[in-house]
Amino acid sequence: MEHYSMNLTLKVWKQKNATAEGNFETYQVKDISSEMSFLEMFDVLNEQLIHEGKDPIAFDHDCREGICGMCSMYINGRPHGPWHGTTTCQLHMRAFKDGDTIVVEPWRANAFPVVKDLVVDRSAFDRVIQSGGYISVNTGVSVDGNTIPIERENADKAFAAAACIGCGACVAACKNSSAMLFVSAKVSHLALLPQGDVERKNRVLNMVAQADKEGFGSCTFTEACEAVCPKEISITNISRLNSEYLKAGLSADKAH
Amino acid sequence: MLDSKIPAGKLEDKWTDYKGHCKLVNPANKRKLEIIVVGTGLAGASAAASLGELGYRVKAFCFQDSPRRAHSIAAQGGINAAKNYQNDGDSVFRLFYDTIKGGDYRSREANVHRLAEVSVNIIDQCVAQGVPFAREYGGLLNNRSFGGTQVKRTFYAAGQTGQQLLIGAYQALERQVALGSVQMFSRHEMLDVVMIDGKARGIIARDLISGKVERHFGHAVLLCTGGYGNVFYLSTNAMGSNVTAAWKAHKRGAYFGNPCFTQIHPTCIPVTGDHQSKLTLMSESLRNDGRIWVPKKQNDPRKANDIPEDERDYYLERRYPAFGNLVPRDVASRAAKERCDAGYGVGTTKQAVYLDFRYNLINKYGRAEASKHGIENPDQETLVRLGKEVVKEEYGNLFDMYEKITGENPYEVPMRIYPAVHYTMGGLWVDYELMTNIPGLYALGEANFSDHGANRLGASALMQGLADGYFVIPYTIGNYLADEIATKPIPITHEAFEKAEAGVTERINKLMNIKGSQSVESFHKRLGKIMWEKCGMARNAKGLTEAIGEIQQLKKEFWSDVRIPGGIEEMNTELDKAGRVADFMELGELMCKDALERNESCGGHFREESQTEEGEALRNDDQYMYVAAWESKGDSNWQLHKEELKYDMIKPTQRNYK
Ligand SMILES: Cc1cc2nc3c(=O)[nH]c(=O)nc-3n(C[C@H](O)[C@H](O)[C@H](O)COP(=O)(O)OP(=O)(O)OC[C@H]3O[C@@H](n4cnc5c(N)ncnc54)[C@H](O)[C@@H]3O)c2cc1C
Ligand code: SF4
Ligand code: FES
Repeated sequence: MEHYSMNLTLKVWKQKNATAEGNFETYQVKDISSEMSFLEMFDVLNEQLIHEGKDPIAFDHDCREGICGMCSMYINGRPHGPWHGTTTCQLHMRAFKDGDTIVVEPWRANAFPVVKDLVVDRSAFDRVIQSGGYISVNTGVSVDGNTIPIERENADKAFAAAACIGCGACVAACKNSSAMLFVSAKVSHLALLPQGDVERKNRVLNMVAQADKEGFGSCTFTEACEAVCPKEISITNISRLNSEYLKAGLSADKAH
Repeated sequence: MLDSKIPAGKLEDKWTDYKGHCKLVNPANKRKLEIIVVGTGLAGASAAASLGELGYRVKAFCFQDSPRRAHSIAAQGGINAAKNYQNDGDSVFRLFYDTIKGGDYRSREANVHRLAEVSVNIIDQCVAQGVPFAREYGGLLNNRSFGGTQVKRTFYAAGQTGQQLLIGAYQALERQVALGSVQMFSRHEMLDVVMIDGKARGIIARDLISGKVERHFGHAVLLCTGGYGNVFYLSTNAMGSNVTAAWKAHKRGAYFGNPCFTQIHPTCIPVTGDHQSKLTLMSESLRNDGRIWVPKKQNDPRKANDIPEDERDYYLERRYPAFGNLVPRDVASRAAKERCDAGYGVGTTKQAVYLDFRYNLINKYGRAEASKHGIENPDQETLVRLGKEVVKEEYGNLFDMYEKITGENPYEVPMRIYPAVHYTMGGLWVDYELMTNIPGLYALGEANFSDHGANRLGASALMQGLADGYFVIPYTIGNYLADEIATKPIPITHEAFEKAEAGVTERINKLMNIKGSQSVESFHKRLGKIMWEKCGMARNAKGLTEAIGEIQQLKKEFWSDVRIPGGIEEMNTELDKAGRVADFMELGELMCKDALERNESCGGHFREESQTEEGEALRNDDQYMYVAAWESKGDSNWQLHKEELKYDMIKPTQRNYK
């Protein structure tokens, strides 16, 4: 792999806090190596800003391995940038070339208010999980793990859905700011397993209701979410959610 | 005196007896007791959820925006448990034995035995929560093998085991939040322990969004705040992982156990340049099929694939014929360093060796597939194509990650790898009940020193974190809190809270007022460099002594010239980082001191002065069969306490992998 170096223009959203008005600031960065990750390029920029006595840009990140779901930049009109199935932290600078201008914004959604610069508040996702995204089992009362065999195909599908990292890119990509891909991933994960069967009806009703309450929009099946999901969560999960929801709605006498 | 409170009786009965006799708190009283849990990784989330279920009132804290994002999420390979589902001779005793031996005889028998005992419950618990472990076609749980063992006992979920386990614990935690038994404080950083009458009674925490400093009372405080590998700047840990919580406790009197015991993992993507912010692990499971080699010629300029077979040095297979590429982590790491130092390293920086899948891809998998498909005399191309499919199934996500980072395709060219800091066996000293020497202050998970001795086996950290949180602390904390039922919640206006808060605020102001010229990051990098060069894979008295001086100097420079932009009462990630780096510097000094004091090699701690003729680690059981527990005595000043290790069940021997 040939490495190269590049100079770039960055237009980055700056916003002091949740109530302040934000705006784009333009920055120049020089001698960026194609070997760097996108966030390492931001590290370089921030070091430069600190050196100049300016405020660095706040952004969320932690694992830098594509698994914690913390990083969340809207890069050139696309959540997590140009690479398919990739988080912001795993995007590398060889995706860009010398002289490029890169525009970076936070996730935009009513349910994800901006905290500062590129940092948003995604606690709505935690509250959606609180509304039913679990199996109600207390510690220490479980039967042996091999008591209930699970068909390999269902286990694999459950795992694929459970791979969601809760990053919120699906919401950011959706014109309705719908959280349906996220919700459906959790509903599917648990509905596909025998352990999750008991609570499946209330779970889907409550989680969808909570997502509404948080201000996420409704799903009109544009598939924009699937296209940007870094974990390639399949839109078939939304179909499964819809059928779970219908079944639950028809038979449920209670939803709280 | 250090009292490890190990129960009397036979090793295999200790935990059962303990549970049968420890004090209990009745449900009505539990509701009156408040517990603070700092950290919501595997250890903290499992503890907070379980204690909430029991009826205690729990307050949980983490610095990420959600408990689901703790560093535990990044664990790849798997979790051990003595289930013996493979019928290959596994047992609680074997898991116990492997862990003690893997730790090079520097851990406590009683703790490790308990860990092996509860390991089986962890799997049951996780399955019940809906953790989608890998399964066989018959629907039963699958296992893979890991280093340092001869049985298949590792449960896994592709290369995302930590993620799936943490999501399970996170969901259990969120369920308790919904039920009101746990109150969650995300984006909060604990900055001090509050002590009243010699007991831990609360914490001071900073809201990382508003910057406001808060006081929180608890009848007991649990630190589940992870490891401190980031003292080396570059490590496989998440960017935010830090020692601050444990360090503040240490400054309040909690002893720090074996601080120098660091695990350096042999297979990580190497450093490419100064811009690098972290290193990425390539799971240990890859060593099952990857062969490690360097060119036989020094400074060989040729590309890997242009070097013919007989000019490659498979140095692990050469040096350790019995274990080959599957020697334990510490041994593999040192061997890679030895080759690179001798001038045989590869890649632009020459600080890398090859991990090559080509041989097994073609000869093992390619041929097996060809034979399955009835292809006679398959050509090279067919073998490669067939082999690739199998390798993809086994390691696909790791290969993709490697390609994203390096831009090279590991199916075609060998991976370049080098050892990197990965895990810290050291941590807060705790007794059998996971309590530090401060009454009411506990440490769980990677934050404590307890179970892995001088070297941790793969897939055992997840096991320990969940054992501590789900199955140990719910019992042991009752034994303490039973005597606290009459203690009314102490108002946070108490002068101990006031003083602790004032101390925290003063330090923040001090940091902000330095207004120097160098960034926090630049200090962290320099600290990391000192630690890596002088307290890394190989250590000696001269280097360690120098390092102590250099760190003291760096610390002075930091406190007079660091520049932290922004304000205090706002989100200020530079300020957050500054506090952590300041603590890392103090810890770094203690690590060097501990490494200097322990003039023997054991596990991941390699003192050049103490090696065999063949360059292997040489333990000195006569002088160093103890846990080093350090007490803070003020600035750059510590007192050493020793907890002697007694082996009743296992006889320590020299490890041999030849
Ligand atoms: C890349 C990688 C792969 C790994 N793979 C494996 C594997 O396959 N198998 C295995 O067994 N082990 C593995 N490990 C090791 C294992 O992941 C960790 O040891 C383990 O997850 C640590 O869990 P923990 O709960 O102790 O801490 P963590 O998961 O690190 O959690 C720490 C928590 O403390 C909080 N915290 C820290 N400081 C503060 C503070 N001051 N105030 C408030 N909150 C704070 C954080 O927010 C977080 O919630 C791996 C490690 C790495 C780096
Ligand atoms: S579904 Fe995909 S995009 Fe949405 S939160 Fe999960 S991982 Fe992120
Ligand atoms: S920083 Fe963890 S997914 Fe990007």
